[in-house]
Amino acid sequence: MSEAEPAVPEPSSPPEEGRRPFLEVADLRIHFPTDDGLVKSVDGLSFAVERGRTLGIVGESGSGKSVTSLGILGLHNRKNARVSGEIWLNGKELVSADPDDVRRLRGRDMAMIFQDPLSSMHPFFTVGAQIVEAYRIHNDVSKKVARKHAIDMLGRVGIPTPDKRVDDYPHQFSGGMRQRAMIAMALSCDPELLIADEPTTALDVTVQAQILDLLRDLQREFNSAIIMITHDLGVVAELADDVLVMYGGRCVEYGGVDDMFHRPLHPYTWGLLGSMPRLDRARSERLMPVKGAPPSLINLPSGCAFHPRCAYAELTCGLSETEVPELRVELEPTHRAACHLDAAERRRVWDAEIRPKL
Amino acid sequence: MSTDMKKAPASGGAGESGGGASDGPLLEVRDLRKHFPVHAGLLRRQVATVKAVDGVSFSVGKGETLGLVGESGCGKTTTGRMIMRLEDPTSGSISFEGREISGLSSGQMRPLRRDIQMIFQDPYSSLNPRKTVGSIVGAPFHLQNIETPQGVKKAVQELLELVGLNPEHYNRYPHEFSGGQRQRIGIARTLALKPKLIVADEPVSALDVSIQAQVVNLLEDLQNELGLTYVVIAHDLSVVRHISDRVAVMYLGRIVEVADQADLYTRPKHPYTTALLSAVPIPDPAARDDRARIRLTGDVPSPLNPPPGCPFHTRCWKAQDVCRTEVPPLADTAPGHAVACHFPVPDPVPGP
Amino acid sequence: MLVVTSMVTFGIFFVLPKLAGQTTDQIAATYAGKAATEEVIADIKERLGLDDPVVVQYARFAKGIVAGQNYDNGPSEIHCPPPCLGYSFRTSQPVLPTLLDRAPVTLSLALGASILWVVFGVSIGILSALRRGSLFDRAAMITALAGVSLPIYFTGLLSLTIFAYGLKLWPKGVKYIPLTESPGEWFYNLILPWVTLAFLTAALYARLTRAGMLDTLGEDYIRTARAKGLPERTVIGKHALRSSLTPILTIFGLDLGVLLGGAVLTESTFGLPGLGALSIQSIFSGDLPMVIGVVLVATGFVVFLNFLVDVLYAVVDPRVRLS
Repeated sequence: MSEAEPAVPEPSSPPEEGRRPFLEVADLRIHFPTDDGLVKSVDGLSFAVERGRTLGIVGESGSGKSVTSLGILGLHNRKNARVSGEIWLNGKELVSADPDDVRRLRGRDMAMIFQDPLSSMHPFFTVGAQIVEAYRIHNDVSKKVARKHAIDMLGRVGIPTPDKRVDDYPHQFSGGMRQRAMIAMALSCDPELLIADEPTTALDVTVQAQILDLLRDLQREFNSAIIMITHDLGVVAELADDVLVMYGGRCVEYGGVDDMFHRPLHPYTWGLLGSMPRLDRARSERLMPVKGAPPSLINLPSGCAFHPRCAYAELTCGLSETEVPELRVELEPTHRAACHLDAAERRRVWDAEIRPKL
Repeated sequence: MSTDMKKAPASGGAGESGGGASDGPLLEVRDLRKHFPVHAGLLRRQVATVKAVDGVSFSVGKGETLGLVGESGCGKTTTGRMIMRLEDPTSGSISFEGREISGLSSGQMRPLRRDIQMIFQDPYSSLNPRKTVGSIVGAPFHLQNIETPQGVKKAVQELLELVGLNPEHYNRYPHEFSGGQRQRIGIARTLALKPKLIVADEPVSALDVSIQAQVVNLLEDLQNELGLTYVVIAHDLSVVRHISDRVAVMYLGRIVEVADQADLYTRPKHPYTTALLSAVPIPDPAARDDRARIRLTGDVPSPLNPPPGCPFHTRCWKAQDVCRTEVPPLADTAPGHAVACHFPVPDPVPGP
Repeated sequence: MLVVTSMVTFGIFFVLPKLAGQTTDQIAATYAGKAATEEVIADIKERLGLDDPVVVQYARFAKGIVAGQNYDNGPSEIHCPPPCLGYSFRTSQPVLPTLLDRAPVTLSLALGASILWVVFGVSIGILSALRRGSLFDRAAMITALAGVSLPIYFTGLLSLTIFAYGLKLWPKGVKYIPLTESPGEWFYNLILPWVTLAFLTAALYARLTRAGMLDTLGEDYIRTARAKGLPERTVIGKHALRSSLTPILTIFGLDLGVLLGGAVLTESTFGLPGLGALSIQSIFSGDLPMVIGVVLVATGFVVFLNFLVDVLYAVVDPRVRLS
């Protein structure tokens, strides 16, 4: 896999002449009109993922990360969601496409696994039946062939005696096995894009490690593009090639995984790194949390949405309260951040004040 | 507020008494068991027993923090609930300040409830949405008939300030607060009666990452300020390491390893502990390739039908015949470091 | 199931006579006729064992169900063959044949109406849920509110006035014609009671289905079904419907059970001689054995259908089956 070769990640490199990245999202906006006002869950998001690579999307509750994933799959109800921008999957634009065409792509070209495998599987149908169903929508095969395929898939995701477990119901599986079954279902049509929304959050740590290993192996096998949505920076560091940090519906930092963990550019990313106790460092006396709480999308702070929680907001002379910072290329051509603060100044703060305390 | 700030030295093996003769441990649990009967059939006959907690012993010194870690179903929450006497132990003893509390009736427990308090995981469901913050935090005063020198309101406002909330928000309702603030309200309520021991069951796991750190820091500050003793129950090994003086690792209702925090995380002796530690994702992409990974296969066996011998032998790569037949006792391998394993991991751990 | 039924029978037997507030003298008097002397009454009491302890009377009654019973009615002795649910001295008939005679009316009414209300209630509920907030949804829910709040003797009389007499669709009113006699007449006469009864319950079912459907549509597994690329009609028809109908099944079992024991108001409103009408009639005439019989049958239906629902539940929901 790409881990072996230290290829420079190219999240933001312009597509080569006449060729788009496998998945390209450009200026995606997903807004929900509500009685309390317009909720801008995703507001101008752009990124790209190539096959065989993994993008980690990191954010807290209400950052818009899950809304983004459902948006790519076209799962938002067009009646109450306003979706604009462009989503190019393998050369096809999805936002303007006929919903039924997008529906045909779902499950076949792009699939998704969810956080809670118990509530994400129908309790009344066997695991096998649910995989068979997913396979047969997109493949014109007999039930018998589909069942064989389901058993095969269950075996490939590491479920012992798959020919027996195929007739079990989801509640008869353990949490880890359920998530494996969910992955088997998502991969049953050999999708090129796999979106995993907090796939291990509900699992125990030893099972989480198994599932992350499984995803890594399957990616190598299927050469699929993976979008990994999570709040856990540890998971991102384990799996991702590129990382996108979301805050208040916008991207605040986007770059390669090494840059992101070793040379982060945005004060919010610093805050996330400082918030988590780390097993790989000597125990720190105190954690360095971000002050305050994530904002409500209904009532987003003006200017830079992060400014009320930012320890360096005053250094922008009020700019952060009035103007939304643009996502700009900084230092490395592939590393972008949306911050009003001078890049050199931030580099200095990171080196002097943040990194030594992590 | 109390000025008792002395941190007791972290000492004592599993089940052995913590401090010196004059100053015994604040909480001592010995051979605690909780078996839940499983009934089935028309006559509701007992067909099996879930041994949720099966012989757990530990002690917590005054001012100390004990972390209880383990995966779901390991019995850590049941242990916490038994300390709180929310659950009656099947057998074993719990002594608090040298006094046996496992057999006390709820009436006899009542005065003790002031001294032992609990912080819950879910800050959303553990606060009554129809009560103001003032009445939630002030309720313990009324329940225990505590005299407050300058009135309940003043006392509550002091508590709110102590946990970092605006005292003027006295009349607001829980839904007006964010998740982290609600957890602070819960903590303020816990502190109202100046407890000596606080059992915190997954106190930060429902919170956003940036908020988790705030609450962890708050818990530490309060401990330093008020001389509190904590039993922190959590599944997040990094959080437990950060907050605890001593850590006990549980597996299938038993403690498999207990040691000082630094000891346990740098020199884990039990194979399960090493596996747990190696499974935690490290937020450093550079560590990806050179980490020694120990991957457990399979799932935790059902506590309905635990394997004979060492409970971990079904997933252990070091298991021998003796592991399948004999339960290893929790024994000291070094001062203050006890392990329940027939073949503990040798001292310089392979890998980082 | 049998345990519950026998417990209920036992309860009825002890409580009913007391609720009726009659002394044994009064009961005996009703059997004896107006001009009975004290001796006659005492004689009847003696022969019917009315002064025996209730337990003894109950034992006699229970024995009758299994072995039949003889009633000493003055000059003639009446044999009530097993299963004997008692003998009505009012009608000079054993209870059971009377019940069996009346049951088809109630059965026709209940089954027909229940099919109607399930079909219409559930489909309207689904459509409402899918077009939440639309004109259809609002109209349906307002109608449903009306249906839920209007009593049947109001809607029943209203429909009789408008459709039967006003529009002369049933100029002579409705009456029960047995299915075996003339299926067409049976159907024709029952349409109005069916529709009226179904209207009320369908309203309730529409609201329940709509709520259940909306709940289910928010479930994670519906999102999964859509993420698999299933067409919307499969998502709704297969995945959502199956879950949202399980609670409906429970209520349907109870409703049908209750209805089979006698649709009291409907039968009275339309003058149909079913079990409901029979129970009213028996209560007014103080015909205790008959009342006990009707209540027993009604209980039996409810208990049986509850059992049936439990069985069906296990078929539908594997979590119930395997736990």
